[in-house]
Amino acid sequence: MMTQAIDVRGIAKNFRLHTQGDVEIGVFQELSLSVDFGSCVALHGPSGCGKSTLLRALYANYRVDRGTIGVRHDGGWVDMARAAPREILAVRQRSLGYVSQFLRVIPRVATLDIVAEPLRQRGVADDAAREQAAILLRRVNIPERLWELAPSTFSGGEQQRVNIARGFIADFPILLLDEPTAALDAENGAIVAEMILEAKAQDRAIVGIFHDAAIRAKVCDHLFELAPFKAAA
Amino acid sequence: MTSDRPLLNVQNVSHYYGDRAGCLDVSVDLWPGEIIGIVGESGSGKTTLLNCLSARLQPTAGRIFYDQRHRGLVDLYALSEAERRFLIRTDWGMVHQNPRDGLRLGVTAGANIGERLMAVGERHYGQIRDKALDWLGRVEIDTARIDDLPQTFSGGMQQRLQIARNLVTGPRLVFMDEPTGGLDVSVQARLLDLLRGLVTRLHLSVVLVTHDLAVVRLLAHRLMVMQRGRVVESGLTDQVLDDPQHRYTQLLVSSVLQA
Repeated sequence: MMTQAIDVRGIAKNFRLHTQGDVEIGVFQELSLSVDFGSCVALHGPSGCGKSTLLRALYANYRVDRGTIGVRHDGGWVDMARAAPREILAVRQRSLGYVSQFLRVIPRVATLDIVAEPLRQRGVADDAAREQAAILLRRVNIPERLWELAPSTFSGGEQQRVNIARGFIADFPILLLDEPTAALDAENGAIVAEMILEAKAQDRAIVGIFHDAAIRAKVCDHLFELAPFKAAA
Repeated sequence: MTSDRPLLNVQNVSHYYGDRAGCLDVSVDLWPGEIIGIVGESGSGKTTLLNCLSARLQPTAGRIFYDQRHRGLVDLYALSEAERRFLIRTDWGMVHQNPRDGLRLGVTAGANIGERLMAVGERHYGQIRDKALDWLGRVEIDTARIDDLPQTFSGGMQQRLQIARNLVTGPRLVFMDEPTGGLDVSVQARLLDLLRGLVTRLHLSVVLVTHDLAVVRLLAHRLMVMQRGRVVESGLTDQVLDDPQHRYTQLLVSSVLQA
């Protein structure tokens, strides 16, 4: 039986740019979205339609002006639009992962530790977390000689794979992916697709933005079109 | 972050210098294991607020409660001077921007750490020295330097020594005022990484004052943005920095130079 992982109702997002003549930019309005565990939903629409904004709103990285964002956490629901910061952090620690398009590099920290960090934050011992990180890094084809280096000098594709390893290490029940394969070649893209399919088979929920049509077709169950929710200009 | 009550509970705190408000009507809860950043320009009231929170400047109005070990909630400014000093010595740490304000430059590195231990009742010389050695190692200072004076240390080393001196007694709450302020960028990154590891491992609560948004992004869970004494915006760090709502926060975020 399918159970609901995400339940978004009637959200609206506008940006008010105070430093640029108080311009108001509407992104979407009256947007509702439901995602079940064990499924993968692709956000779809032309560039600038608000796909990344929606993904960030689900993670509470962006605020919304109206509506609720229900996320399943510890068997109950948390409204990410209203939850207190420490509640949101608890959701992010245990229930909801987010793989951004670009790795935000922490200076001086070894790749292995960057990947291990989500586990360590949950209280997993250093050694066990690093062991698990090694498994993930091997899976996404990051050569072992790079593991002890900070990823700031890595190629775009390598950084993206480090980011993916970090996103998948903690087995989040719900995972948000912002163009996880944009910088990857076909071979590595296929590996990531496989990881997404495995996550689905483990009854986890995925919401993503996938530009690559072949990967999208392979991993996604539903397309969610954003165009109908375009805010009036 | 599982405790069900805040470590520090700040209610409507204001401090006036004559007619001028240093900080105005600030309320905030700090939870165990939480790092809160206070950002804003010079003169915005960050340091005044920090001084009020750290029991060094009596607010003109408002109250501050602290959940003291073995004692429970205490009203900071209702404590006697002796009680307050005891609390500061046993439960708190204070990392100053300038290591010279937080270290005794005329005594050795080991003594700087050991002194704090003695202040909380440690008397066994061997144990004090062992702990000092352990902490020098933890803050990445060569243990062979234990008998050297901090005057002979670089700025980054002095700052790490100050951190060791503060953390050796196992405080639960540490106040930091621009801890990376006077350091070269390369030294800053190393110190930030060290601080991140220590606060997570020790489950410390931290009040961190800085004007550097990159520092709070790396360290703070939550952020308060101050302007002219008031908190104009607060929330999750990444939310405030990536989707700032207030005019002043938007200005602050958009003014950061991209390296």
